[in-house]
Amino acid sequence: MTVADLAFYFFAIVAVVAALLVVVARNPVHSVLWLILTFLSAAGMFVLMGAEFVAMLLVIVYVGAVAVLFLFVVMMLDVDFAELRAGMAKYVPIAGLIGVVILMQLTMVFGSWHMADGAEAARAAVTPDAAEVHNTKALGQLIYDQYIYLFQAAGLILLVAMIGAIVLTLRHRTYVKRQDVLAQMYRDPASALELKDIKPGQGL
Amino acid sequence: MVSIILFAPLMGALIAGFTWRLIGEKGAMWVTTGLLFLSALLSWIVFLSFNGETQHIHLLDWIESGSLSTEWSIRLDRLTAIMLIVVTSVSSLVHLYSFGYMDHDPQWGEGETYKPRFFAYLSFFTFAMLMLVTSDNLIQMFFGWEGVGVASYLLIGFYWKKPSAGAAAMKAFIVNRVGDFGFALGIFGLFFLTDSVDFNTIFAAGPTLAETNLTFLWRDWNAANLLAFLLFVGAMGKSAQLFLHTWLPDAMEGPTPVSALIHAATMVTAGVFLVCRMSPLMEYAPEAMAFVTFLGATTAFFAATVGLVQNDIKRVIAYSTCSQLGYMFVAAGVGVYSAAMFHLLTHAFFKAMLFLGAGSVIHAMHHEQDMRNYGGLRKKIPYTFWAMMIGTLAITGVGIPLTHIGFAGFLSKDAIIESAYAGTAGGYAFWMLVIAALFTSFYSWRLMFLTFYGTPRGDKHTHDHAHESPKVMLVPLGVLAFGAIFSGMVFYGPFFGDHDRVNAFFGIEAHHAEADAGHADEHAAEADAHHTDGAAGHDAAMADEGHAAVVAEHHGTAPSGAIFMAPDNHVMDDAHHAPTWVKVSPFVAMVLGLITAFWFYIVNPNLPKRLAEEQRPLYEFLLNKWYFDEIYDFLFVRPAKWLGNFLWKRGDGNVIDGSINGIAMGIIPFFTRVVGRAQSGYLFHYAFAMVIGIAVLITWMSISGGAE
Amino acid sequence: MISADISTVLPEILLAVYAMIALVAGVYTGKDKVAPTILFLTAAVMVVLAAMIGLSGGGTTSAFNGAFIDDGFARFAKVTILLAAAAVLVMSKDYMLRRDLLRFEYPVLVALASVGMMMMVSAGDLMSLYMGLELQSLSLYVVASLRRDSAKSTEAGLKYFVLGALSSGMLLYGASLTYGFAGTTVFSGIISSVGEDGMSMGLLFGLIFLITGFAFKVSAVPFHMWTPDVYEGSPTPVTAFFATAPKMAAMGLFARVMFDAFGTSTAEWGQVIALLSLLSMFLGAVAAIGQTNIKRLMAYSSIAHMGYALMGLASGTEQGVEAMLLYMAIYVTMSVGTFAFILSMEKDGQPVTDIASLNMLSKSHLPKALALLVLMFSLAGVPPMVGFFGKLAVLQAAVEAGYGWLALAGVVASVIGAFYYLRIVYYMFFGDEDKAGIDGTMSPVLWVFLMGSAAIMVVGMVNLFGVDGLAAAAAQTLVN
Repeated sequence: MTVADLAFYFFAIVAVVAALLVVVARNPVHSVLWLILTFLSAAGMFVLMGAEFVAMLLVIVYVGAVAVLFLFVVMMLDVDFAELRAGMAKYVPIAGLIGVVILMQLTMVFGSWHMADGAEAARAAVTPDAAEVHNTKALGQLIYDQYIYLFQAAGLILLVAMIGAIVLTLRHRTYVKRQDVLAQMYRDPASALELKDIKPGQGL
Repeated sequence: MVSIILFAPLMGALIAGFTWRLIGEKGAMWVTTGLLFLSALLSWIVFLSFNGETQHIHLLDWIESGSLSTEWSIRLDRLTAIMLIVVTSVSSLVHLYSFGYMDHDPQWGEGETYKPRFFAYLSFFTFAMLMLVTSDNLIQMFFGWEGVGVASYLLIGFYWKKPSAGAAAMKAFIVNRVGDFGFALGIFGLFFLTDSVDFNTIFAAGPTLAETNLTFLWRDWNAANLLAFLLFVGAMGKSAQLFLHTWLPDAMEGPTPVSALIHAATMVTAGVFLVCRMSPLMEYAPEAMAFVTFLGATTAFFAATVGLVQNDIKRVIAYSTCSQLGYMFVAAGVGVYSAAMFHLLTHAFFKAMLFLGAGSVIHAMHHEQDMRNYGGLRKKIPYTFWAMMIGTLAITGVGIPLTHIGFAGFLSKDAIIESAYAGTAGGYAFWMLVIAALFTSFYSWRLMFLTFYGTPRGDKHTHDHAHESPKVMLVPLGVLAFGAIFSGMVFYGPFFGDHDRVNAFFGIEAHHAEADAGHADEHAAEADAHHTDGAAGHDAAMADEGHAAVVAEHHGTAPSGAIFMAPDNHVMDDAHHAPTWVKVSPFVAMVLGLITAFWFYIVNPNLPKRLAEEQRPLYEFLLNKWYFDEIYDFLFVRPAKWLGNFLWKRGDGNVIDGSINGIAMGIIPFFTRVVGRAQSGYLFHYAFAMVIGIAVLITWMSISGGAE
Repeated sequence: MISADISTVLPEILLAVYAMIALVAGVYTGKDKVAPTILFLTAAVMVVLAAMIGLSGGGTTSAFNGAFIDDGFARFAKVTILLAAAAVLVMSKDYMLRRDLLRFEYPVLVALASVGMMMMVSAGDLMSLYMGLELQSLSLYVVASLRRDSAKSTEAGLKYFVLGALSSGMLLYGASLTYGFAGTTVFSGIISSVGEDGMSMGLLFGLIFLITGFAFKVSAVPFHMWTPDVYEGSPTPVTAFFATAPKMAAMGLFARVMFDAFGTSTAEWGQVIALLSLLSMFLGAVAAIGQTNIKRLMAYSSIAHMGYALMGLASGTEQGVEAMLLYMAIYVTMSVGTFAFILSMEKDGQPVTDIASLNMLSKSHLPKALALLVLMFSLAGVPPMVGFFGKLAVLQAAVEAGYGWLALAGVVASVIGAFYYLRIVYYMFFGDEDKAGIDGTMSPVLWVFLMGSAAIMVVGMVNLFGVDGLAAAAAQTLVN
């Protein structure tokens, strides 16, 4: 067993255990923290596979941004997860049964797993050889050249997500006073002020 | 020209039926009658100018399905020509007669319009009947066959306000279904064996069929015999032969012109026509033909006995019709188709006239039909009396024995009795017919004496107001009377004269005639032996050898004539050579009947009543028509009603409705509720359903291993 | 290469670019005030694109290394999708305007959803399939909860989202199993990896998980549970949209994957789809009986109809695909007409969806009632309406393919289903005289769609407007 193997098993076990704890943890904040650990383990495995760039992306984007965002949301919403989970106990037996059945099926499948004859070759044919091309460059070639169509489609999906978020949340509250910079700038004394020449002692 | 004959009545029916509001009642009546007279005129032209050669006139293609190919075409041969004149002549006269008879019908109130409907039905019937007789294949014939059935149903039930009329119409229709079932089976069988419904093909296949066996009802039958029998079952229904005759007397519920047209002159003779038409098949079916003879003779006898005691004037004539149809079947059964057609023709005239005469009497007596309430009407309605007298003379067969001079019935009936003698070696059929002739004479004269002689009985008021019918009713009587007197003498030669004339008349092919002529020599040589034997069977055995070659020629081609008589069929010639006592016997029977009737109803009017009381069981037996209706009621009607009731209440009501209602109102709503409850609105239920779904699917697949 | 690829996906690019321009234009001009303009413009662009696609030449081209396929099948589906989407957009204007729902993002989202659908039916690769699917789904999640101040609408959107995510997960799992077996995500690669000795268990499981994902999108039982709630909760124009274009797209995608990627294993997926079809037909028919809300009823109706369309697909033959396409085209047309009517249902100015409110419609609005009668008969599959021919086609295909039992079950289910369609007719013509029915007037646009759809159902029985021929040609390009 080489060091790489040892590292792989370490990261793999940590990832699985952490993922399990994400689900079962009572405190949602703890769940998010376990999730971060899962991400980190996954990043470790990417490094082992030689995909440093993806590993770094995972750490930066998921750990640095997404998970932290989750943390904020969880803390701000103050959802009582224990209460949500209360009804679950009722369904545990049957859910467990179904789970066991599916698990058995999958075990059976993976136990007798075999690949198509050309599968390995087909898989390898897509990616440039890691030894010759730099990791990031290879990714760039794949994403922006070969899979440009999918990349653009993914962009559209994100656009839709953005539009959706805005549509569903943005409200123009008419009863709230807002600062209108242009209005402020265009406002001039001529329109706002009227000078009256009032004789002393007369009043309006 | 034939097309015009065929479609003029249809046009009339359509115009009268659908546009009478535009052209008015009178218009509808005139249109139908006018078109019918046109048809009749053209029919006579066709008949007289017909040269004996079979013509096929193609109208249109009808059904094309697999090997079944049905055309709509007219087969014009002598048989058709005869039927054309019979149908159109009687029909047109009946149309005319109905002008008077249907005027002010007591069944209908003020303002109710029924005449256009009646005339439309009559014309429609005529069209269907013409369709039947002009058909060139069995399917087309079946169409006409059912068409006349429908028309008959509509006309019997014309007085639909009377429950008895409706019941009679249903009875006629249902009893005919039994016969039609046999007919349809016969058609199926013929199509099955010859792969065609076309007459030509079937006729050509006659000899082959005679050598074919067919499995039917788990038994092997000779195909020709079986098919001939099945077709005859159809004929039995339509022509009211024994066992399927019960509808005919009840059909008298219809208006009298209808009885004259449909139930005396035309439709009921369709069965005879069918047997004659199928003669090329019948000739190869000796057993079936023997059955036809037997049943015809029995019917003739049976109906005559029942006719003896009936009191309703129309029922007497109805049973008389039934009996006369039996005569025709005997003639056809022994193979003398021309004699059958001859009697059909003459019978159409005198029976139609009897019916119309009876109608005139009924009209005069304000729709009283019981003869016991008649009497002494001779003076009140003299024209009707004379017409009825001519009719009676014709039906009883008055003429000068051993000559060819006499009323129509004399010639045709004697021809049949002689044929029966020759065809059955003086057996059962012959004696039955002679006795039936005696009875015919008796009941016919009984009718005359009860109606026109003696003292008036019944309602005095009715008798005082008895009046002669209007001209429109008397003119048809006169025309038919002419036919009743002369049609026999005029047509004796072509129908039952010497062989060559008959052959020429029916267009029977020449070599057949020659062969027969050749045979006649042999025949003459053996005349003595022949007469002493008196057996046609002997003759047939001998002929088999002599005409083997001719028979061989018949294979594969249809005989060209309108009727076909097998080379070994010499019944007609034998009939001509029947002993004198045979020829005289019907005349003697007629005279005996006349004398008895005269004795019973003129000389000693109390005798019948006494006799009836003394012979109570026999009288009741006859009066109740041999209890046929009661037996049928017990055997068929009640079980059928019980079965129908059972299927309706239990089968339909409980099982079908029950299960449908159970499913529709019990099970499906139950599932609806179940599904509704599953649709709980909880997200995790939904997700759970999906997971279960996929679990089931993958389990199924891993157990079945895909489709491998 | 890239220019050829772009010209192949030009319609999708044009629609996407248009959507983005419209979005920006909307933001920087009058916002929701220009929404009607954008809406009509979007519909117009869709119609133009439909014409462009429909009239473009035949032939099959693929682009982006097989990720995108443009063939007759895709074109047929795209034309149907675009026309249906355009029709629904035009129909929705009045309703949304009156309920103050007409945001300018709505047409943009519909346009982007349409782009997703077009990508779906043209997908030639598991990845592009998923991209299209998600683009469409995400847009639909948003429009489902467009009425954000209504709890029902929000709930509908959320339910749809969560269950959609679950189904996407299943789909992805299936896709990864498939990739694991075949080593490629391109359909042509997958189909060639299925060797002589049939499918391995792993690929079979992948196939089933994929089917599960598609079944969710076409709302086939037992993956249908979201449908009634989402149909009921969404604003009615959105429901109309759900019932039409996405169904066609999902069905097209379903057929595309089954034939292009697993075309050699029709027996395997045929029986799975046959089961889904059977369950859908019966559940749709049985459950709809209990409904009083016409939108829920239409949801179950669409479940049942998807069952019939799946029957065509289950046949696994060219005839089956043809029947499926024909069925979908007819179904979409009928749905447009029916929803045109539902959109017009109001009482005292408020929209109503209760079936009982159709009471004696024939008295007050005979032409509308007659048109709806025709549509209901057609939905029920009563001859001689066009709907009958659709059913006939799928039944024939099923019988030809040896699924006689399925066809028989379909007939039985359609008899059960006829009940609730006829109940609507009953309410309209023989209902309770006393209860007041709907009273609103119909806008001319809706009227035209209702009458047009009904007229098509009647006139189409002559020759189905030749759609069967187009469907046959389309089916031929998919199954070869």
